[in-house]
Amino acid sequence: MKNSTYISLFALTAVLIALGLIVPYWFSFLITIALSKGLVVLGLVLLMRAGMVSFGQGLYYCAGAYGVGAFSQYFKVDDILLLLLVAVLVGGGIAAIVGLLLSRYREIFFAMFSMAFSMILYGILVKSANFGSSDGFNVISPTLFGWAPQVEGGPVLPFVAIALIVLIAGIVMHRYFNSPMGMAGEAIRENEIRVEYLGISVQRLIYYKYVMAAILASIGGAMTAMTVGHIDPEMAYWTTSGEFVFITLMGGTAHVAAPFVGAIVFELMRTFAFQISPYTWQLILGVALLAIIIFLPKGIWSLKSKIMKGDQA
Amino acid sequence: MSVLLETRDLARNFGAVTAAADINVKINAGEIVGIIGSNGAGKTTFINMVTGFLEPSSGEILFQGKSIVGKQPRQVMRAGMCRSFQVAQLFPELSVNENIIIALSMAENKRLPFFSPLRTPKMEEKAQSVLSEYDISEYAEETVMTLPQGVRKLLDIAMALLSGPKVLLLDEPTSGVAIEDKFDLMDTVMRAVKKSGAAILFVEHDMDVIARYSTRLLAFYDGRVLADGPTSQVIRDEKVQKLVIGHHLDLDKLEALNA
Repeated sequence: MKNSTYISLFALTAVLIALGLIVPYWFSFLITIALSKGLVVLGLVLLMRAGMVSFGQGLYYCAGAYGVGAFSQYFKVDDILLLLLVAVLVGGGIAAIVGLLLSRYREIFFAMFSMAFSMILYGILVKSANFGSSDGFNVISPTLFGWAPQVEGGPVLPFVAIALIVLIAGIVMHRYFNSPMGMAGEAIRENEIRVEYLGISVQRLIYYKYVMAAILASIGGAMTAMTVGHIDPEMAYWTTSGEFVFITLMGGTAHVAAPFVGAIVFELMRTFAFQISPYTWQLILGVALLAIIIFLPKGIWSLKSKIMKGDQA
Repeated sequence: MSVLLETRDLARNFGAVTAAADINVKINAGEIVGIIGSNGAGKTTFINMVTGFLEPSSGEILFQGKSIVGKQPRQVMRAGMCRSFQVAQLFPELSVNENIIIALSMAENKRLPFFSPLRTPKMEEKAQSVLSEYDISEYAEETVMTLPQGVRKLLDIAMALLSGPKVLLLDEPTSGVAIEDKFDLMDTVMRAVKKSGAAILFVEHDMDVIARYSTRLLAFYDGRVLADGPTSQVIRDEKVQKLVIGHHLDLDKLEALNA
């Protein structure tokens, strides 16, 4: 990445933060949720580039959220940096154990096993009275060293935090995708046998990617918990994981920005579809996904290359 | 000559079927060894066992005096033994250049860097030089799945040789390649192998290719080594002609190729 690209990205983030202070709170709230889900989807993209589709990222989305919720409730901590660290440790810790098993499986077996683990967490949480069972429980609003700025309608810290997290995650993952280890994911997707005969452990690489994806999902879950102020076991339910796969297909996997574009389009579409047609909004989403699969099989991000090709013609 | 690879009573069964048995072979540094045998004779099973793709049912495999039985393919590769495949094992949706660059980075780094870029000018330069060595520079930006079979085979072998192995095993390097291109392909491969100094074992059905390039020949029959010796001797062996080759050979022509 060139220096000018870094400067543009920092400038874009600064503009986004400034806009977040101006636009109505409901809009910055919606973008915060979308970007949080975008982080989960970025992890999914990381796995998909290696040919693995996880239907269980809800596990880490929920683990990050519950980690933050439980820690803040039991230790009376509200500092956003500390809470994010807790989410990383909880999600990364679970992935470090579960990944030992899952990194041995591929294709449908990997997808189903990942879903099974997320449903185990769902089952545990639904039966855990200490965590509010199926109702879940409230999460306190975060502060930064005790500072919690407000705009009309609500707190501004989650929005600023997610904008900065997305900037950092975007840069780190962009560099990762273009590094030897990142490109090894594509090599694994294409031909595991050749990768092994080039002296690299495929299982170990997939394990690392799985843990990284889990950490991203945990941060996304933590940010959602701190933004919404409430968490429940639905975050680990298979439909939540399915939603992440849905967003991945919408956005595409070609660039680190694609998951965030996909997530924003998804959240806007869902919000407006729900407003227009409260009883059939899923139908609108389904039709939109069908249209994307038919006309943009590589996701919304592929529009960029189509437009650029059009410019050259 | 120092022994690089040695197998002792190597055997492999698939249920009741014996795919390989009593294989005792020693491969010395710098040797060019051909392997012949009809389908099901145990040639690929032998290669799969010594490269860690298949675990032997019994027997011993020693590489530079150390047992490598039970080692993973990557461990065998890191020890100094690489292979190509009957069906070229490449990254089909990536370009030729990307295939080489990825292979270079993996061959050079046991632990892959995760933050520095893969495609550096130095790496591009190295990839270019590899492609020139195998005369496939013109295909650099083409996607592998669009390549002719011969180019895929060369790319597969080039990727196997990138780590500088001591022993290179080629499983039917000319299968699927047009008759008129076989010698060109093998000349290119042999030039690169000679430069690397690796010993080479290659499975081949084409007796012209065997006669021209191998100095020693292993003839497999029914999972066992039927004959092992200088190529000119083995191809004249009556049992080999009857059981392995199965048709009349123009020995004068082969003799000329072997010379």
